[in-house]
Amino acid sequence: MTEIVRSASAGTMESSDVYVEIEPGEGGIELRLESVVKGQFGPAIEEVVREVLGQWGVENARVSVRDRGALDCVIRSRVETAVKRGRGNG
Amino acid sequence: MRRSLLFLPGNTPNMLINGSCLGSDAVIFDLEDAVSPAEKDAARILVRNTMTYMDFRGCETIVRINGIDTPYWQEDLDEVMPCRPNLILLPKTGTAEDIRTADAYMARVEERLGLAPYTVGLVALIETALGVENAFAVASASPRVTALFLGAEDLTADLQCKRTKEGREIEYARTRLVVAARAAGVEVYDTPFTDVNDDEGIEVDALHAKALGFTGKASISPRHVEVINRVFSPSQGDIDYAYEVMEAIRLGKEQGKGAVALRGKMIDAPIVARAQRTIAMARELGLGREEA
Repeated sequence: MTEIVRSASAGTMESSDVYVEIEPGEGGIELRLESVVKGQFGPAIEEVVREVLGQWGVENARVSVRDRGALDCVIRSRVETAVKRGRGNG
Repeated sequence: MRRSLLFLPGNTPNMLINGSCLGSDAVIFDLEDAVSPAEKDAARILVRNTMTYMDFRGCETIVRINGIDTPYWQEDLDEVMPCRPNLILLPKTGTAEDIRTADAYMARVEERLGLAPYTVGLVALIETALGVENAFAVASASPRVTALFLGAEDLTADLQCKRTKEGREIEYARTRLVVAARAAGVEVYDTPFTDVNDDEGIEVDALHAKALGFTGKASISPRHVEVINRVFSPSQGDIDYAYEVMEAIRLGKEQGKGAVALRGKMIDAPIVARAQRTIAMARELGLGREEA
């Protein structure tokens, strides 16, 4: 399990990017999503975010995702970067 | 075939995701100058995922890592080599030892990943006076080196002169790199033309580079790609002449002639070699003729 020990962020608010913030949390993943395409792709974005968190063993965190039309691979990248910046060992 | 090589900033998604649609023969994901120190980690991951999830068929991938004098370059290689980019571009290559250092680490990563030796090639970015003076030694330092690449912005800073559109200040470096690369049997790419709005200037600059013997030219703007591709492609006249040369050689052999002439000129080995290169490139571009 990867513990998030500090607030961290990754990405930008530019077009085709996504800004991800992660904070220590308790009792699971608390995910807040803001997206210009939330109506169409909200569930898909959320699924990708949760999948990446799962891959990195993050079980407890507060995660804020502000999407600016990012593709799947960009979302994956920014979530991974935020996790690595916020986790305990570095 | 690498006529055009387009730089894409490594931490800018809207450039990276469109990279394969911009018409260049190769894209260069830049982890060095285009990325601030605080974002090196994010860029590495973004470039790795872009190569993993996006389709770059028909467009070669090159990653400019950070220099071996920085704390970043080994992590850059660890992150991107599993994606098997065609080439790694090593900035500020000054000596053969620089190449051997990068080569040794790349060999270890290849072994760790179970890749065949030299799966990923290396291009030496020459952008210091020391690099220009050592160009042949750099190009010959390892079989992994597939090309030299001139970087004029840093070079002119190192030379303590002004970078101009005319480029007289880099003429020596250009010719020196072409000679060194050809002597070592590797390719050679010219520096980008940095005024993205000067359509005439890029054409003049590209034509000059082609005339000096460069294989292709880098670009920092998608706007320059079409011009560079056109300049570094054989013209229809070049292709027609190349086929005439090969036909004349064929007929000469049939007739048992020791020497063959075409359009009043003797055809010697260098002309044949050039014709063969032109035909090979025409075929790659879909401009070749069907074999009888």
